[in-house]
Amino acid sequence: MTLHRSHVLVCSGSNCALHSSSFVKDRLTLEISQAGLGDEIRVLETGCFGLCAQGPIMVVYPEGIHYCKVGLEDIGEIVQEHLLKGRIVNRLLFKGTSDKNWMTKDDFDFYRKQERVVLRNAGVIDPENIEESLVRGGYAAFGKALSEMTPSQVIQEITDSGLQGRGGAGFPTGRKWQFTQEAAGDKKYVVCNADEGEPGTSKDRLILEGDPHTIIEGMLIAGYAIGATQGFVYIRGEYLLSIERLQKAINQAREFGLLGKGILGSDFEFDLEIRSGAGAYVCGEETALLNSIEGKRGEPRFKPPYPAVRGLWQKPTLINNVETLANIGPIIQNGSDWFRQIGTPECPGTKVFTLSGNICNSGLIEVPMGMTLREIIYDIGGGIPDGHQFKMAQTGGTSGGCISADLLDVPMDIPSLAKAGTALGSGALLVVDDRHCVVDLAKTFLRFFAHESCGQCTPCREGTTVLLRLMNKLASGKGDAQDITNLQRLSTTMQQASLCGLGQTAPLPILSALTFFADEFHAHLEGQGCPAGVCG
Amino acid sequence: MDLFQVTIDGQIVNVAPGTTILQAAEDAGVKIPTLCHHPDQQVKAACRVCVVEVEGSRVMQPACAYPVYNGMVVHTNTMAVREVRRTVLELLLTHHPQDCLQCERNLHCELQTLTQEAGIRQVEFPQELRNLPVDESSGAVARDPNKCINCRRCIEACGELQGVDILASINRGYDTVVGTGLNKSLADLACVLCGQCIQACPVGALREVDHTQQVWDALNDPDVHVVVQTAPAVRVALGEELGYPVGSGVTKKMTAALRRLGFDKVFDTDFTADLTIMEEGSELLDRIKNGGTLPMITSCSPGWIKYMEHYYPDMLDHLSTCKSPQQMFGALAKTFYPQTQGMDPSKIFVVSVMPCTAKKYEANRPEMRASGYQDVDVVLTTRELVHMIKQAGLNITALPDEEFDDPLGLSTGAGVIFGSTGGVMEAALRTVYEIVTGDELPSLDFEVVRGLEGTKRASVELIIPEAAADGEVGTSLQVNVAVASSLSEAKKLIELVKTGQEEIHFIEIMCCPGGCIGGGGQPRPTTNQTRTARMNAIYREDAGMPIRKSHENPAVASLYADFLGSPLGSVSHKLLHTHYTKRKVY
Repeated sequence: MTLHRSHVLVCSGSNCALHSSSFVKDRLTLEISQAGLGDEIRVLETGCFGLCAQGPIMVVYPEGIHYCKVGLEDIGEIVQEHLLKGRIVNRLLFKGTSDKNWMTKDDFDFYRKQERVVLRNAGVIDPENIEESLVRGGYAAFGKALSEMTPSQVIQEITDSGLQGRGGAGFPTGRKWQFTQEAAGDKKYVVCNADEGEPGTSKDRLILEGDPHTIIEGMLIAGYAIGATQGFVYIRGEYLLSIERLQKAINQAREFGLLGKGILGSDFEFDLEIRSGAGAYVCGEETALLNSIEGKRGEPRFKPPYPAVRGLWQKPTLINNVETLANIGPIIQNGSDWFRQIGTPECPGTKVFTLSGNICNSGLIEVPMGMTLREIIYDIGGGIPDGHQFKMAQTGGTSGGCISADLLDVPMDIPSLAKAGTALGSGALLVVDDRHCVVDLAKTFLRFFAHESCGQCTPCREGTTVLLRLMNKLASGKGDAQDITNLQRLSTTMQQASLCGLGQTAPLPILSALTFFADEFHAHLEGQGCPAGVCG
Repeated sequence: MDLFQVTIDGQIVNVAPGTTILQAAEDAGVKIPTLCHHPDQQVKAACRVCVVEVEGSRVMQPACAYPVYNGMVVHTNTMAVREVRRTVLELLLTHHPQDCLQCERNLHCELQTLTQEAGIRQVEFPQELRNLPVDESSGAVARDPNKCINCRRCIEACGELQGVDILASINRGYDTVVGTGLNKSLADLACVLCGQCIQACPVGALREVDHTQQVWDALNDPDVHVVVQTAPAVRVALGEELGYPVGSGVTKKMTAALRRLGFDKVFDTDFTADLTIMEEGSELLDRIKNGGTLPMITSCSPGWIKYMEHYYPDMLDHLSTCKSPQQMFGALAKTFYPQTQGMDPSKIFVVSVMPCTAKKYEANRPEMRASGYQDVDVVLTTRELVHMIKQAGLNITALPDEEFDDPLGLSTGAGVIFGSTGGVMEAALRTVYEIVTGDELPSLDFEVVRGLEGTKRASVELIIPEAAADGEVGTSLQVNVAVASSLSEAKKLIELVKTGQEEIHFIEIMCCPGGCIGGGGQPRPTTNQTRTARMNAIYREDAGMPIRKSHENPAVASLYADFLGSPLGSVSHKLLHTHYTKRKVY
């Protein structure tokens, strides 16, 4: 093994990749070699560091210096100054809210309040090398489960941890596992839901890109616990890098005897296949996802029966979200008591959020459950840019509620947000400042749902488009009070009578906006025009 | 099994586990409105018209799909439920044309009834119609996707029931509609035109292509001699829409009504059903004796024929070469009939009344011109005849009983049971048995081939006396037969034939479940319940006939003596037999 005096980690997460991080990496490698440093300095690509707004990001170790917004033109200087002479390139450092340069992780407010369980390896390891995962304890939890625990003990540990599903619905994971274990079936399946479709959410993608082995490990443990021999990872088709990295990880895991028959010398057998969808939002709904894997039109099934009883090809099937599965290894490794120390008593653990909208530090963060919205937006997110005021935040993605400044101190965990009339959902956090109009935003949300409704049940198929038409009418200033009444009646019907979560939650942003911003809606009716000056 | 106690609107009912809320509510005397629900189909839970409140449930639940549990408390008639149902219906109406007065389904439309029952007088949401083309390309089944409400019952009828599967949900969201692959028209698809989709449709999105005006025009033309034939299944279903209970046989009222409509002669397809038995029975014996392709499969059902042509083009030699009774009739009505009457065949206009939409297609096949003309000019469905009777203002309950005309109107019980699955088989066995053995059948009723069951089997032992040598009893011939109705059942049987594992000599297949009584042209609703009632009526008709064996039909005997010669003879060959065409699926 060659020892290098320095490692340069270049983020290859999707956001940085969109900003040409691979060219940055190639140029860096070339110039390091031209400078004769090829044997001393190693360049590698990692998953997301989280601070996407500042991408492409690279970190130079052992100092841990973060360089932000690195362009091709900056490479020469980094090589000549930092790598050759040991002088930090100040102009490429990130300046946070203070004027002080932030050099290492410890300087960043962005990182200081975070607690990384799920993202423990993202931005730390080379996700395309299983050995780096193994060195960081990858698959140790699986080894422990397989050699020291019975399947029921594994499920008990997950149940005791209080882990709730991280895909949006928040169902207790241990109970889901138990139902699937208890269901009768000659064959059972584990499915990882990586069809992340909620606008403003990219956590699953970045987990898969940064640490694919944690998902394989979570699925192995799940397969052992419920008695499954086959797993599927359903990844949305646009996530090319996730698919590529996970496939490499699966291949490596097979080579290392971690997938296939007789795993680790036991009689446990488990293998994985990737299936990708074509990007329909509804395929993130677990039963629509199952239909899609089976090659059918991606439409939800009526429940009951639930997938735990009759899922993929009518066999008992456990479906867990990427982030949920990424929690499994640490819980088994460290125990449920450790997990319960993080977060709140009702909602233990951490949550990964995707910050977007009018926020300085947009990107990917992981914090303990129960951190307030204010801390997330202002302490971690760096607040609202350009001196604008916070107007509202939408939690949980497009299907989540819109909450106003009154709720800035709401703890961000599953029960607290449900009480506040919105949802934690997938962990999307869209921050909106005072330049935007609620009616205009509502239109945008509804356009999305009208496009994504699968068309199976009446309330959602017809309702999403009718809601959009009503909202267009309001935005154009031609609406009247009856339209608001109809909007509410239709929203209630969709929530109450739609077949799946898509139709049931589509009206939530509209209803919450109507609750918190009633005046703004009414202003659009009364011929006063759009207060924010956006509509019309 | 312990029953579950369920409270529905305050009333307690005890029902078996697995019961849906919808069924439990029926027990409680509560009718919950439904739309995508169909008694013979799988649960879809798509329309959401049947939602109810279940205590403890966050959202309302569809009664058609939701299974009861012990202690469940359901509210079906709260303000909230009524409001939600009303809104769901209004949403459907934002897309659905409001031209009820001109719609073929007016007064028979499930959406119309529900809208009426919900008390909707105005749709408060903005409306927008689809403006999609109406497909009448097949000349038999018409699709109007503008009226489609996405209940998907037609998709299941086409896919699960018939295994043809040319219909599917296409597009997403508001643009979702039931469509065909690549938006092809029915004429360009491997659609067999059975019309089971029509029977499944709750609204006017599927119907037959209407040919009543052509018949009115012919009846109005003094130079044209218009004759009509009626299929066996029509007489046991027609009454349903004309004031009789389901399962009433109205043969004699029907003949009277047809005369009042102005038909010059009222004949019976049952007559040519008897003739079919003579030809097909002879063909079967010929194949058995001379090593022809076995099993021989019946060819009366034009949807079935088209299915074989598309899906099993290499197995067409299994099909009997006999034309269907409708087409045998047409060929004779323009040859034998004018010859006996001294009429010009070009002045004869042949109308069929059929329980079937595929018969419209069959009549237009190029093979069906043996008389030198198109043998059958126009085919009406049972429903279209109902429309004509209503247009003419006839109250058939008040009409006198009237008989069919001679000579093409005399038939037997064997002819009438053609209308039900197993009927052709039973009729054939009655004749083949007696012709081969020379003995009279002890009982005419082959119960084993009757009933709604998808596939039925029987074996009949025939002792052939002429083959007996000195002192011996005779050659014993075991004839194995099978009967299937619906194409999904037929497919299973054909796949079995393909493997050659089972020795079967003769197979009867009817395209529609239950046979012609459940045909795509029959009055709606056609469900297993109405099929059973019509089937019972068919066998009652049979039991009441003075003659019940085709070979004893005196009119058939004189037809052979005076015109055809013998079964499978040269005239028969020209007029009564046909050939088939290999077709593709795509």
